[in-house]
Formats: sequence, structure tokens, C-alpha cells
Amino acid sequence: MRLRRGSGDGDSGCQSCPMAGSAAVHRPGLSIEGCDYVVALAGNPNTGKSTVFNALTGLRQHVGNWPGKTVVRAEGAFRIDGKKFRIVDLPGAYSLLSNSSDEEVARDFILFGRPDVTVVVVDATTMERNLNLALQVLEITDRAVVAVNLMDEAERKGIRVDTRALGRDLGAPVVPMAARSGLGLPELRAAILGVASGTIQCRIHPAPDLGAEVEASLARLTEAVLAEYPGLPNARWVALRLLEGDPSVVREARNGTLGDGLHGHVVDEPAAAPTGAS
Amino acid sequence: MSGSADHLLSLAEAERARLRTPLHDQLVERLYEEAGRIAARALDRSGEARRFQFDLLLDRILTSRILGLPAMAALFGGAFWLTIAGANIPSALLTSLLVDHGAALLHRAADAVHAPAWLQGLGIDGVYLAVAWVVSVMLPPMAIFFPIFTLLEDFGYLPRVAFNLDRTFRWAGAHGKQSLTMMMGYGCNAAGVVAARIIDSPRERLIAILTNNFSICNGRWPTLILISTIFVGASAPPAAASLAAALTVVTVAVLGIVVTLLVSAFLSRTLLRGTPSVFSLELPPYRPPRVWQTIYTSVIDRTLIVLWRAVQMAAPAGAVIWLISNVEVAHRSLAHWMALGLDPIGALIGLNGIILLAYVVAIPANEIVIPTILMLTLNAARSKLAQKGVMLELDDTATRHVLIHYGGWTLLTGVNLMLFSLLHNPCSTTIMTIWRETRSRKWTWLATLLPLALGFGVCFLTATAARTFGWAPR
Repeated sequence: MRLRRGSGDGDSGCQSCPMAGSAAVHRPGLSIEGCDYVVALAGNPNTGKSTVFNALTGLRQHVGNWPGKTVVRAEGAFRIDGKKFRIVDLPGAYSLLSNSSDEEVARDFILFGRPDVTVVVVDATTMERNLNLALQVLEITDRAVVAVNLMDEAERKGIRVDTRALGRDLGAPVVPMAARSGLGLPELRAAILGVASGTIQCRIHPAPDLGAEVEASLARLTEAVLAEYPGLPNARWVALRLLEGDPSVVREARNGTLGDGLHGHVVDEPAAAPTGAS
Repeated sequence: MSGSADHLLSLAEAERARLRTPLHDQLVERLYEEAGRIAARALDRSGEARRFQFDLLLDRILTSRILGLPAMAALFGGAFWLTIAGANIPSALLTSLLVDHGAALLHRAADAVHAPAWLQGLGIDGVYLAVAWVVSVMLPPMAIFFPIFTLLEDFGYLPRVAFNLDRTFRWAGAHGKQSLTMMMGYGCNAAGVVAARIIDSPRERLIAILTNNFSICNGRWPTLILISTIFVGASAPPAAASLAAALTVVTVAVLGIVVTLLVSAFLSRTLLRGTPSVFSLELPPYRPPRVWQTIYTSVIDRTLIVLWRAVQMAAPAGAVIWLISNVEVAHRSLAHWMALGLDPIGALIGLNGIILLAYVVAIPANEIVIPTILMLTLNAARSKLAQKGVMLELDDTATRHVLIHYGGWTLLTGVNLMLFSLLHNPCSTTIMTIWRETRSRKWTWLATLLPLALGFGVCFLTATAARTFGWAPR
């Protein structure tokens, strides 16, 4: 159940990775055959994630879901400059520190699925709230793109967004978008490719300084987490949650499913039946 | 493993005990502060004052306690009226083209190559006609209704419906999000059942799954639209015909919501006792719908997919119908015997044996109920009139004629068919989905039989009442 994989640095995609083809290593819940990079699409509910997903993938999408998990997710594929990307549209989440099961699905994938690029879609009209998730994601990965979607709506409401200032503060590429009309899509593609291939580097967002006392506790706990789950990505994050007593992480540690829920194959649903609501 | 997990957890607890300040609050506070700081630097809200007026005004009407529900009925009523009024002409055109001329042409071609009669019957009168009927009955209403529905969805109206219904669902002991899964059910019950995953509590999820069948799905809208057009619409003055038919469809849909709530309330007070959990639902801003894109995607993604599914189901069903109508046992066709056997039960609940037989044949897909009923009625009529091979024109008037004169239908039959369309077992796809989602035989059986029992019960009551008061022949 350990999650280990090749570095995925630079141009070494899944295929050139020395561990490619080894049965022990598989991207949790994803078929990675022939793909170079995996992209996770995260964001608050209602920010237009699925619109971005559709815009990136065209109509080549199918609905898959995680065995035992509770919410449907979508997967698709697209190419940028000949590189093949698989993209996972995660359920909407307000935070990585939450307890609803669909938010857990999103959280677990970002934390333990180790996507090559995490695209955080934020709503330009409710930026304050949306940035919570973006900041949490940027604390655990330096391979992220922030897509500021619904720029057209913000403009209509008289809100002006300085995406350059935002990029400076976040330390990650920020792409202004109006995904519904396809605006900003080429820029998003370029940013995804840049981060995936390593030509764009995010500045790791400094984890908050918690003081010497807490840091010492945290270091001891991180070590214990790694002893229990060798190679677990983001062990420090897990340790911090255990330290603050996050109920869902404590539960997963208790029943030994930490970093799980990503395993198994993707269940193909019959062409997702016509839906009444989105 | 669990031993060392315990070790890990007790270590975490020990470390937590050392800390003086509650770490969680501290972390969350920092996060909010930083997000606020960054947003303040990046945003210029100076021009914001004049916004919102429109959104607020709309929400004041559409989610108002007093006006919310009437507005909802008016919007959906309008959508159905447009569908019914608009589908008439193209439907008649398609019927004439595919059913009348198409079948005749195929028969002539088959005669020219001396195809045997049984093959012509099976292929043309069975498979081809069933498919042609499904296409001409379903395509026009779907091609109108889906884009309208999708436009409402695109605009941001559907979450408002959930908002309007939330308090009622809580009264029923169900989760407020059930109104969303119910909405999904209006597209397809199987999708609605899967959508129940958005509900975290297993108790409330089960209630949502068990009641989803009371949302009228794609496969059933055409039945309702057709029957309300030819029975209710036709008995209203011509000018008001479409409106009367639309109101009838809305009434049945609203009845479906009432049944959903009553059954939910019943379940949450008996088999699935508990208190509803709290949730928050974010109302998205209204967005101007992208009209052309919506029309394109709803025609491609919904209409054609649903139609294709219906065609796939209709083709084998057409063969089955032709076979049971033409294989004779003791000088009567199998269909005749089956309908005869079901007739007493059918009569008891204001329907007839052919309708019940059609519901058995149509278990794989509700879409083919009406074509099946028409074909079985026609086949029965044909043998009665010894007119095998004679095609009847089937526009709305002709359909009405066939059902009333050859099928012996009354207004009661039409009304009860609409009620039965709302209240009967889910289609086999949905039953499979319920099994997959619940992994429980008990709940799958309950979900299958409960609506059927309700359907028999309600239809029996209306039939008895109608006969007692002399509204329908005994």
C-alpha cells in the first residue's frame, strides 16, 4: 500500500521513469499507461472546475469513481506540445482540513496521489474564501498553478483582480481565466506544461512558523509517522493534523487506511446518464 | 499494524498535551488572516457598489417563501407548455415519415426481393416500427425540453429549487441535498441514485435512493406528455389544449414530489429513523446561459444519448412484441393470452392487460412503454379486424382513436396510466444501480416493490372512486 513513485522531474515522464512497468508502483486509482504527467484539478465548489476540465479535455472525458469512495470524479486526457496529460477533476472542497467525504476524496488525492501538477481553480468574485484552499495546497506542493476563473463575472461586478500581485504573493503561476468563454486557456496550458516539465518553479509557500516548541513536537511526530508509513508523502502535514487532533486523519491512522482510498482500479460507469442538475 | 498505530496516536496525544495553545484554532486563524491579506492586496473592489441589484432582486422572488414555489411551478409549467406546443407538429411529421411511409417503403422493398412474410413481420413490423415509434414519439419533446431544462440549470436556477424545498425535506426527516438528487432523477433515476453519494449520512442516503424513482425520468416524460396531450388536451378547448396538457404534466410531477416527501417521512419515522443532518448549500450567482452551446450540448449529450439508449432497447423489444403477437397457441396469440391473463388485475386498477404487459416488456427501459402499448393494441385490433399488414396513421388524433376504439380506453385509463407511469418499479438499469450502491438485497427489493405497491394502491383508489361516482364505466 505504500505510495512511492519516480521523481517525475524534468522531462522524465512515467515511461522513462525507472520504475515504470513495475507492478508494485501504480498511480492510485488511475490508469497511467502512456501518460507523461498527471494533473489534479482542485477548487471550491462552483468555481468552474468542470468547465476548465471540459475546456482542457474537449469532449474526451469519461466518468470514473473510486471504489468505496462516495463521490463521482471525472478523468480525462489531453496533450500539450506532444506531452500526454491525464487530468482528474476532484470533488469541490473548501479546505484540506475538513470532514465531508467528498472533500476527503479531494484531499487524499492532492496529498497522497502526488499529482505532477495541481491546478487550483479559484473564483475571482469570492477570492478571500477561495485562497484558503489555494494556500493550503501551496503549503504541501511546489507544483501548482492557480487559475483565477470567472474573471468576466468579477469584472461585471466591478471587482478588479491584480493577478500579478497575486502571483507574487502566492509564489505560483497565476492564470486569469474566463473558462466558459475559453479565455485564458492557452495560458493555463502553458503554465501546466511549464510546471510539469520544471521550467516554471513555484516558490514553496513557507509553512507558518509555529514556534520552537511546536516544531519540536512536530519533528518527533513526523518521524513516528514515517516509521509507521514509510515513504508517505507529506508526512509533516499528517503529523501536524495528528498533533491538532484532526478527527478524520486520526480515524484513518487508527484503522490503518492513511494514504489509502486511492487504490484499486477505476470503475467505469456506463456513459453517465443524462443529468437533471449539475 | 494497529498496535503501532495506537503507539502513533498515543504519541500524538502526548505531544498535544504539551502544547499550551489550541493548535487547530491558531492554524485556521493564520490561514484566514493570510488569505485575507493576499486578497486585499490583489483585489480592487472600489467599483463594486453598483453590482448585485439584479441577483438580489431575482433571489428575492425566486427563493421567497411566498413566491418561490409558485414561481417554480410557473417556470416548469412554461417549459412543459413550450415542449408540448412545440413538439406536436414535428412529432406528427416524423410519424408520417418514419412510421407510415417508411414502413410501407420497406415492405415494398422486401416484397421486391421476395422476403418471407415472417421475416418482414419480425424485421419491419417488429424491430423497425418499434424503433420508428420511439424516435418519433421521443425525439421532438426531448429536443425541446432538454435544452430548456439545461438553460435553467445553466442560469443557476436549480440550486434555488433545492433551497426552496430544503425546509420541506427536513420536515420529512430527509437531507436537504435530497432535493438535488431528486433533480438529477428528472434526468435519469440511475444518475439520481448515484448522485445520492453527495449525502454523507447512510440513513439519509438510503432515503434519497429509495425515493428517487418518484422523480419522473427522461423515459417517462414522453409518456406523460403524449397521454396528457391526447386525453386531457384533446378534451379541452383547442386554444387551451397545450396549456391543459402542460398543467397536467406539472400536476403529475408535483404529485411525484409529494409522494417523495410522504415516503421519505414514512421511512424516516419507521425503517430509517433519525434526525436530519445539517448542511450548507451555496447558491451560485446567476449566470447568463450560453444559449447556443447549451442547445448543442443538450442535443448531443442528452437527447441523442437518451434516444440511442431507447432505440437499443426498442429494437429487441419490437422483436419480442411482434413474436408474442404472432406466435399462436390455441388459435390466439401469446400476447393475447398474456393480456387476457393480466386483464382482471388491470381492470381492477383502471388499466388493462395490455398496459400491464407493456410495463413487463418495458422493464429494461420506460421509454418504450407507449410504443409497446400502441403496438400491442394495434396488433390486437388487427387480429380483431383481420387487417394484418394494414398500417394506421398515427398522429395524436389517430393514436387517441386507436386507444379509445380498439383499446377501449377511457379518460380513467389515461389518468391512471399517468399515475402508474409515476408509480411503478424502476427500470432494470436503476435497479442494478441501487444494488451496486447499497449492496443490499433488502433495500433493492424495497426500492423495486414499494413504488409498484403504491402504484397499484393509488390506481385502485382512483379507479374505484371514478366508478363509484360514475365518472367511468364499470
